[in-house]
Amino acid sequence: MTEPLLKVRGLKIGATIYPPGEKARDIEIVHGVDFDLEPGKVLGLIGESGAGKSTIGLASMAYGRGGVEITGGSVEVNGRDVLQSGIRDIRRLRGAEVTYVSQSAAASFNPAKKIMEQVTEAAILQNKFTKAEAEERAVTLFAKLGLPDPDNIGQRYPHQVSGGQLQRCMTALALCPEPDLVVFDEPTTALDVTTQIDVLAAIKEAIRDTGVAALYITHDLAVVAQVSDHIMVLRMGDMVEYGTVDQIINQPREEYTRALVSVRSIEHEEKQPSPDPVLKVEGITARYKGTDFDVLKDVNVELHRGQTLAVVGESGSGKSTLARVITGLLPPSAGSITFDGRSLTPDMPSRPIDDLRELQMIYQMADTAMNPRQTVGTIIGRPLEFYFGLRGAEKQKRIQELLDEIELGDGFQDRYPAELSGGQKQRVCIARALAAKPKLIICDEVTSALDPLVADGILKLLLDLQKIEDVAYLFITHDLATVRAIADSIAVMYQGEVVRYGPKSQVLSPPFDDYTDLLLSSVPEMRLGWLEEVIANRKMESAGN
Amino acid sequence: MHPILKLVAQRLALGFLLLIAASVLIFAGTSILPGDVAQQILGQSATPEALENLRRELGLNEPALSRYFSWLGGILQGDLGTALTNGRDIAESLGTRLANTLFLAFWAALISVPLAIFLGLLAVRYKDRWPDKLISGVTLTTISIPEFMIGYVLIYWISIKFGWFSSVAIINDSMTLGQKLNAIAIPVMVLTLVVLAHMMRMTRAAILNVMQSAYIETAELKGMPMLRIIRKHAFPNAIAPIVNVVMINLAYLVVGVVVVEVVFAYPGMGQYLVDHVAKRDIPVVQACGLIFAAVYIGLNLVADIVSILANPRLRHPK
Repeated sequence: MTEPLLKVRGLKIGATIYPPGEKARDIEIVHGVDFDLEPGKVLGLIGESGAGKSTIGLASMAYGRGGVEITGGSVEVNGRDVLQSGIRDIRRLRGAEVTYVSQSAAASFNPAKKIMEQVTEAAILQNKFTKAEAEERAVTLFAKLGLPDPDNIGQRYPHQVSGGQLQRCMTALALCPEPDLVVFDEPTTALDVTTQIDVLAAIKEAIRDTGVAALYITHDLAVVAQVSDHIMVLRMGDMVEYGTVDQIINQPREEYTRALVSVRSIEHEEKQPSPDPVLKVEGITARYKGTDFDVLKDVNVELHRGQTLAVVGESGSGKSTLARVITGLLPPSAGSITFDGRSLTPDMPSRPIDDLRELQMIYQMADTAMNPRQTVGTIIGRPLEFYFGLRGAEKQKRIQELLDEIELGDGFQDRYPAELSGGQKQRVCIARALAAKPKLIICDEVTSALDPLVADGILKLLLDLQKIEDVAYLFITHDLATVRAIADSIAVMYQGEVVRYGPKSQVLSPPFDDYTDLLLSSVPEMRLGWLEEVIANRKMESAGN
Repeated sequence: MHPILKLVAQRLALGFLLLIAASVLIFAGTSILPGDVAQQILGQSATPEALENLRRELGLNEPALSRYFSWLGGILQGDLGTALTNGRDIAESLGTRLANTLFLAFWAALISVPLAIFLGLLAVRYKDRWPDKLISGVTLTTISIPEFMIGYVLIYWISIKFGWFSSVAIINDSMTLGQKLNAIAIPVMVLTLVVLAHMMRMTRAAILNVMQSAYIETAELKGMPMLRIIRKHAFPNAIAPIVNVVMINLAYLVVGVVVVEVVFAYPGMGQYLVDHVAKRDIPVVQACGLIFAAVYIGLNLVADIVSILANPRLRHPK
């Protein structure tokens, strides 16, 4: 047996947290994890947020983010325990033996420096290569990673390339010093599904060609199944299960792994369209002030009472702009919107209060959509006062009813947003929207920031509430699994146009147009060899590439 | 046109408009001042006829608007008018004073700006440890003490006790550069101590803010030493806020040093202005006011333009 490149024993990691209104206290976030990684192998670390995946990945570089501190155990890289090393030895390890690819390349590149300078920096600093050698290697890597114009792309600044390209540049940055181990921390999570697949393929090929070992951290089991040799499932700082990809995907031993593998358990029967649409969007064309191109081009869609219309597409396709037009935040340059049988005024401030009440929104980031200094009771109570003039006991009763509807029990009224989990925050936002008794709720990527199991719970809740309240959803998302779970009809958007529109069953069955085909085939599937198969069969490229 | 050129041109045009607006304010402000120059020159015992004659001679009876435009027209041609009290050409006497003020400000800036930025970087490197606390403590103390106090304390110790530098900062054209520097050494120290804290704190805050960015973590994970990260990755992104504070302090060094000039009997603009305010010599006050306004606007313009140039998104559009 070969000597492991990375040998982790009894790794314990702690952090200091500052709960609101309480004293700071120390908690343990990883409770003793063991694993080995052999040279040239890829280990997938998978789990929900808070499982300790990134923390373990960074521990292999003897790094703790924020107040995180490694409190016990050993991490051996190439036979040396990095936790016992001095800062000089640790600096020689980072950027030379072990390198890092972060989730957001856009934030991880210095905006003031050229890409080439940043990609080659570590290799030159660590005396692995001369400047000329490093730059030559960078160009080779740019080409290998499928970047356009590899000879010159390094002379650009980070804001001059797209998100998917920058993520590839980050991979080049990590591979440039010829490290033994690369830590990939959710490298494709922030990308569109159609872009993710290309970056994923590029990363996989680069790993294979350079023979580097990797820790691949993600919450998406289908993604990790494409690139890893082994998978370690983590939950709340403990290892749940470790095995080969084949075993984890096809014969998971633990209950929790089975839940991860079989997530998206929702069965949703498509409803027949009723004769009276609650929302009718006709010929909408819109552009932002100061720009010279239309973000929306002649968009026509309909949504029926108590049903769900899913709007799908990659970023920049105009999905969210459509929501802004419907809510009146961006008056369109042409077209009309009919809401519940009456015509909607284009700009929000001049709409009657009932139009405002009956059309509510839920956002992707529940965090930023709530005032952090208001309690849950105040947040939900506000629309009750504003629209219905409820006061005192009457208001309290209604708040309690709403909290029951979103399956949050007693005692939540007095909590602040910071004391809630991500899923609970989103539930409060749903309750706030429902408080207005709307006929239509626009849900803008409401589950995108949540872990799969939590997102599943939110979708189930939304479907249940739809039955009780007879409310329609305009559901904006880039995630096709979500669409399958809850839509009655679907509009596929591409560069400001609706390229495919109809009942779910019809939109999701062949024959497909090229873009819908690309979108559908790009959704990672939980089986081995899926990635290669899709790449071989593609007809068109994503606009974001 | 390159968007940067457009932005810079806009700033320059705005700066010019601002200067015109400032001239209006200065003129209006000095016009409504109480007191009468003619009365001041001729004294309490002057006859009404003599006063009237002098007013006519000095052009004080013209309507305000025409006086403003003839004043502005003169300035645009480099003519700042003549002082009412001694009949000398203002541009000429102001020229030497301004040169002296700029000389003092230049040496104070040359020492204080690099020192402040260096101390700021050092404070970030040793954040919350003793060097940081020492730097903050000392600079905050010196900014809190009135500048005349620091002036007298330094004169007492450095000039009188140790006899190193001159306590009076009178300079003239016949002195060599070395003699001049010897004369202004203590005022430069005072000014440095006064402006240091502001720039140092801003450098520290701006860089600490940048140090939270993900790209600083990237640099750390490349194994870079901390000082190098601060210098190469943090500082270039903190230039805009730092330059703004530096420029405000430079402007202060030019227009705000009256007290220091008085303490050291330095023949600069501040003293000149104060003297003529006391004599109600309006044209001199107006000229000084306009030059101070121009310095402020000019330096802030430079700060704005540097901020624009420091932004890679503006420098290299997509």
